[in-house]
Amino acid sequence: MKKLSARRRHPLAAVVVLLLALACTGGLYAVFAPADKAQAEETAQSLTIEEGKKLYTVGCASCHGTGGQGTSDGPSLVGVGAAAVDFQVATGRMPAATSQGAQVPRKKNIYSQAEIDQLAAYIASLGAGPSIPTEEQYGPGGADIAKGGELFRNNCAQCHNFTGKGGALTHGKFAPTLEGVDPKHIYEAMQTGPQNMPSFPDTTLSEQNKKDIIAYLNAVNSDETVNPGGLELGGLGPVSEGLFGWIFGLGGLIAIAVWVAARTAKAKKS
Amino acid sequence: MSSQDIPEENLPAEQDTTHGAVTVADEKHPFADPGLPPHEHRIQDIDERAARRSERAVALLFTVSMLATIGFIASFVAIPHDKSIFVFPIGHINAMNFALGLTLGAALFCIGAGAVHWARTLMSDVEVADDRHPIEASPEVKAKVMADFRQGAKESALGRRKLIRNTMFGALALFPLSGVVLLRDLGPLPGTKLRHTLWSKGKLLVNMNTNEPLRPSDVAVGSLTFAKPEGLEEHDHDFQTEIAKAALMIVRLQPDDIKDKRELEWSHEGIVAYSKICTHVGCPISLYEQQTHHVLCPCHQSTFDLSDGARVIFGPAGHALPQLRIGVNDEGYLQALGDFEEPVGPAFWERG
Repeated sequence: MKKLSARRRHPLAAVVVLLLALACTGGLYAVFAPADKAQAEETAQSLTIEEGKKLYTVGCASCHGTGGQGTSDGPSLVGVGAAAVDFQVATGRMPAATSQGAQVPRKKNIYSQAEIDQLAAYIASLGAGPSIPTEEQYGPGGADIAKGGELFRNNCAQCHNFTGKGGALTHGKFAPTLEGVDPKHIYEAMQTGPQNMPSFPDTTLSEQNKKDIIAYLNAVNSDETVNPGGLELGGLGPVSEGLFGWIFGLGGLIAIAVWVAARTAKAKKS
Repeated sequence: MSSQDIPEENLPAEQDTTHGAVTVADEKHPFADPGLPPHEHRIQDIDERAARRSERAVALLFTVSMLATIGFIASFVAIPHDKSIFVFPIGHINAMNFALGLTLGAALFCIGAGAVHWARTLMSDVEVADDRHPIEASPEVKAKVMADFRQGAKESALGRRKLIRNTMFGALALFPLSGVVLLRDLGPLPGTKLRHTLWSKGKLLVNMNTNEPLRPSDVAVGSLTFAKPEGLEEHDHDFQTEIAKAALMIVRLQPDDIKDKRELEWSHEGIVAYSKICTHVGCPISLYEQQTHHVLCPCHQSTFDLSDGARVIFGPAGHALPQLRIGVNDEGYLQALGDFEEPVGPAFWERG
């Protein structure tokens, strides 16, 4: 005690006292105040998970198992994360009509966003996985379109075509077109790698990279796209262009050649 | 023969069919010359009003061409270069491009169409026979040419002045050598360049997207990553040459899924690194199906099984994709444990 009082006039004493006071106040607040809030959040969260589990039992359990452990008809959902659920259900791919066939196609979604969120919360509770991205993550703000183009051509264009028109894979599988796909779903697909698409986790394709790619797609393959050439013939490249050239170009030339060499109308002996 | 000087009541008249010299077959000419079919006149040849109509049609086409050219100049001057319009069924298109293409096409097409219509309806279409004639020169011409040549040779004194003759032959014989020497620029031979890439022991695997070295924990199962060797930057002078050989495709498999023993040995915790260059004709190959572990080449559909030493399972590729042996350095980053064991990319003559 004597040592303490001896230093009470030290120039740093006031600072030390102030820091102690602040730490005490902050600590007390942390102990009492947010506890209620966290409690409430936890309750709401567990309710959501409860609702999600009900939906899961009706719509998903027949293939993915009652606890999401997977069956011979569907893979395990432990650890796939909320992002995978949001992507698969909101694009209508899940629930799938059958586990047979080359791949599950996009179709009309039958769940509301609230129901999807409940399902996602339930699946996320089974094991840690990527969460549903926020508008800030996939929105156009702060994106570099040119860099996005470079990244898209390096990582995505081999399957999805240079402007995201999609393309064929093996045995009836295909990379779907990215035209008209919600930016959120594009982001989730990159994170989770649905079906045969490889995933591009944040560790190898950063959040900023994903944002840039989405901005690039919006620039080259959306309603806002400026297309000076017109008549892009599906934007598929040489196949459709060649077909068009052979049929209409060559066809037109043949028609003209026939006209040039055709017999002219002759005067007939009456 | 124009249509004006044919009296209408005489048409269509019989044409002279006895054009050929031989009308009846004999011993020397076993086939009779059938002659020409009778000439049939066009409506324009006998009806002046029809001819006038054709004339007006041709003139109209040429006039349209003139207007189109004026339209071309006008649209070049008047239309702002960034204006976009909607044209069915083409869709949104740059207004100036569209106007320039349309007017230029119309201008050229109408010139051609007018000329063809003119030739078809108004120019003479009477069949004309043009007999063949022998291509051999007459004996007098031949004798004259030979005499001229002999005289020229004598006057040039080529046979007498041997020094001139021999140096001339020498000059003419040496001259083509300059062309032969230039062929050296096709070389030098590639040497061992095709057998080596930038990869060597200890080089870190750098992520192409983030430009950061990769750690094993960055690479998730089912993910696809592209890597370049440490030290190769995009603004480097030889970036394209080097990345064309060194480009790397990194995927992570469950170690139990790897069927090939050497592949497992050369991997790190299931992370395998393969050349991204197709062994058929060298396309960048990375259509990776993460469930089947197949990689498909977009050029000719060669398919490789990454879980089985990148064996070729379909398509024209001749051999498996070369695998890069990888490990982890002291700081926990993925590194190469040497160069590729075999040349990457398409086969070449001396590859063996």
